[in-house]
Amino acid sequence: MSIIPISYYLVLSAILFGLGIVAFVFKRNVITLFMGIELMLNAVNLAFVAFARAHNQLDGLVFVFFVIVVAAAESAVGLAIIITVYQNRQTLNSERINLLKF
Amino acid sequence: MFILDHLWIIIALPLLGAAINGLLGKNFSKTIVNSVAISAIALAFLSFAELVREFAQLSAGQIPVVKTYFTWITAGQFKVDFSLQVDQLTIIMLGVVTFVSLLVHIYSIGYMAHEEGYYRFFSYLNLFVFFMLTLVLAANVVLMFVGWEGVGLCSYLLIGFWFLKQSAISAGKKAFITTRLGDFGFTIGILLLFWTFKSVDFGTIFKQLVSTPPEAAVPTGILTTICLLLFTGAVGKSAQLPLYVWLPDAMEGPTPVSALIHAATMVTAGVYMIARMNPLFSRAPVAMFVVALVGALTAFYAATIGLVQTDIKKVLAYSTVSQLGYMFLGLGVGAYASGVFHLMTHAFFKGLLFLAAGSVIHAMGGDQEMPHMGGLRSKIPITFWTMFIATFAIAGIPGFAGFFSKDEILEAARASNPFLWALGLIGAGLTSFYMFRLIFLTFFGKPRYDEHKVHVHESPHSMTVPLIFLAILSTAGGWVAAPHLVGGTEYFDKFLHPVFTMYAPAATVGAEGAAEAVEAPATMLLHALTGWPVIIALAGLLLAWWFYIKSPQTPKKLADSLRAPYTLVLHKYYVDELYNAAIIRPLLWISTNVLWHVVDEGMIDGTVNGVARVARDSGRELREIQSGNARSYATWVVIGAVGVTVLMLGLWGMVR
Repeated sequence: MSIIPISYYLVLSAILFGLGIVAFVFKRNVITLFMGIELMLNAVNLAFVAFARAHNQLDGLVFVFFVIVVAAAESAVGLAIIITVYQNRQTLNSERINLLKF
Repeated sequence: MFILDHLWIIIALPLLGAAINGLLGKNFSKTIVNSVAISAIALAFLSFAELVREFAQLSAGQIPVVKTYFTWITAGQFKVDFSLQVDQLTIIMLGVVTFVSLLVHIYSIGYMAHEEGYYRFFSYLNLFVFFMLTLVLAANVVLMFVGWEGVGLCSYLLIGFWFLKQSAISAGKKAFITTRLGDFGFTIGILLLFWTFKSVDFGTIFKQLVSTPPEAAVPTGILTTICLLLFTGAVGKSAQLPLYVWLPDAMEGPTPVSALIHAATMVTAGVYMIARMNPLFSRAPVAMFVVALVGALTAFYAATIGLVQTDIKKVLAYSTVSQLGYMFLGLGVGAYASGVFHLMTHAFFKGLLFLAAGSVIHAMGGDQEMPHMGGLRSKIPITFWTMFIATFAIAGIPGFAGFFSKDEILEAARASNPFLWALGLIGAGLTSFYMFRLIFLTFFGKPRYDEHKVHVHESPHSMTVPLIFLAILSTAGGWVAAPHLVGGTEYFDKFLHPVFTMYAPAATVGAEGAAEAVEAPATMLLHALTGWPVIIALAGLLLAWWFYIKSPQTPKKLADSLRAPYTLVLHKYYVDELYNAAIIRPLLWISTNVLWHVVDEGMIDGTVNGVARVARDSGRELREIQSGNARSYATWVVIGAVGVTVLMLGLWGMVR
């Protein structure tokens, strides 16, 4: 069977990462922003796995596990923050959550 | 050899006196203040007397005595020690300074008795003596400059002593700024001196001048420049043309100050400095001629102004300027000893004239105008007789101190340049005239003041005793240098001889010896008694007598017939007005319109404020970036990441 070249994975990873960025930069809902972040993380995971496979090394896989663990923790904390923000401000529009400035 | 080893004691005493009075004197009674000040000066004078005793035991090879106490400044080659030196010239100057200042201090007890700021006055006066002694004892140019500036400071403080009087404040500032102009040249001269000789010590510099072979010697051009720059300092400090304008105004200060600082000591600092630097000047004939010319012109010029002044102190002030001119004339024609001799006799008789004038003013209740006086002779006899003696001395009547010193200078000038001699001679006649005019207007004739309002009275003993002492010296002081045949010993010239020959260029030493041998003593005596200076001095006396005693209406008639020149001289040749128009106004205009409004407000403030404004404005714009909106931050992160990526790819591409 023929091996799928690494460039395919990388292109897919780049597309996913780009989607994540676009979601983060252009959407307003905080939940959506959060999803954008997850998307970017997973795009990076994909790239790691692809490289690990291509070079026959385990380092990339190890990193992926770390990223998954950190992402899980991050979603837990992040969602908790989002809930608290909603309780206080009655909104999830990121444009209006802007008190942290000069 | 106690004092010789501890020369610092002489200058430390007045400093101590100044410190005690200046810091604590406010709560002292007047008696304590003046006893502190006077004992400080008296002890300094006693130290000087002890110094003379010890100095007399030294052999010629041990002179000058230089004592280094500590190193003051070192920076690379530049090294200045706090070192003091004593030689014959220093002895003369120390004697004049300590003695005259002692008398002036005593005189001030009476004169300043009713003034506010009594402790301040004595503190300044002591401080002045400290700086003046530093000036004359210094063994290097930089330490001398410290004393030089210090006396300037004290002069400023004492001219402006009555600081509630606007004219006194302006006069103080004028004196300070005008002398500062000269000091600017002096400073450059010191730097050039160091640059040329790599040393600021008198001894080191002079030894280099003597010991270097002719081909390695310093070019005359540089020597001339140094000498002219140093002379600029002397012109400012000693009130010569064209910087003399501050001295007449300095009469705003209390009269003892005029006597001590502006007649006897500080203003002669320039003369002392040039005498000290004689090895340099002797090798720069052009500079010497400039010194002589400026001196002669000043001697003549200031005397003409003195002719018509009506303020008794102003007459004496112009007379001081004129007499300082004689000293420079003497130095300039190479007769250093005569210049210093005139410095000494002048300190006695001019100090006396000022103190006596102070006594007159005291008697008149503060009035200084001579037209308001007259007939004071019998009312204040001690003042009259002492002042009369001083006038004889300054006018050059044979037998009195001024006769010997002025005659020596004029004699030396005649040998050097007839033009300078003529100027000096005419100046001597004018001197005699204006001084006797002063005496006749003040002490003779009918009283012109209101006898019911002004109660003329003789001054207290503290004032008259110094007058008597100075009167004795004004008479006897000249005999130390008198030629043999009139009974003198020429002791003064012989005493100073080593100072002016030790480092002199080889040629002049021989010439001087030859000149001495030419004139036989008998002809010299005859010459001195019937010479031009005596004739012209007597002519001045007679003219003054005719004008102000015999027919008092003559001066007015003469003034009317010579209206234009009279007005010119009466207004002091409009020099103050000229300086005002030519220097002060343009300076003010430039200061206001260019330096203030353009440079200061525009450029300096503009730069500082501009930097602040840029920081503030850019900060105001940049803070918009911190919007608090997380998404916009993310945008910036993305832009940054893209930028970095592009940069890396681009660089990578270039590397490949």
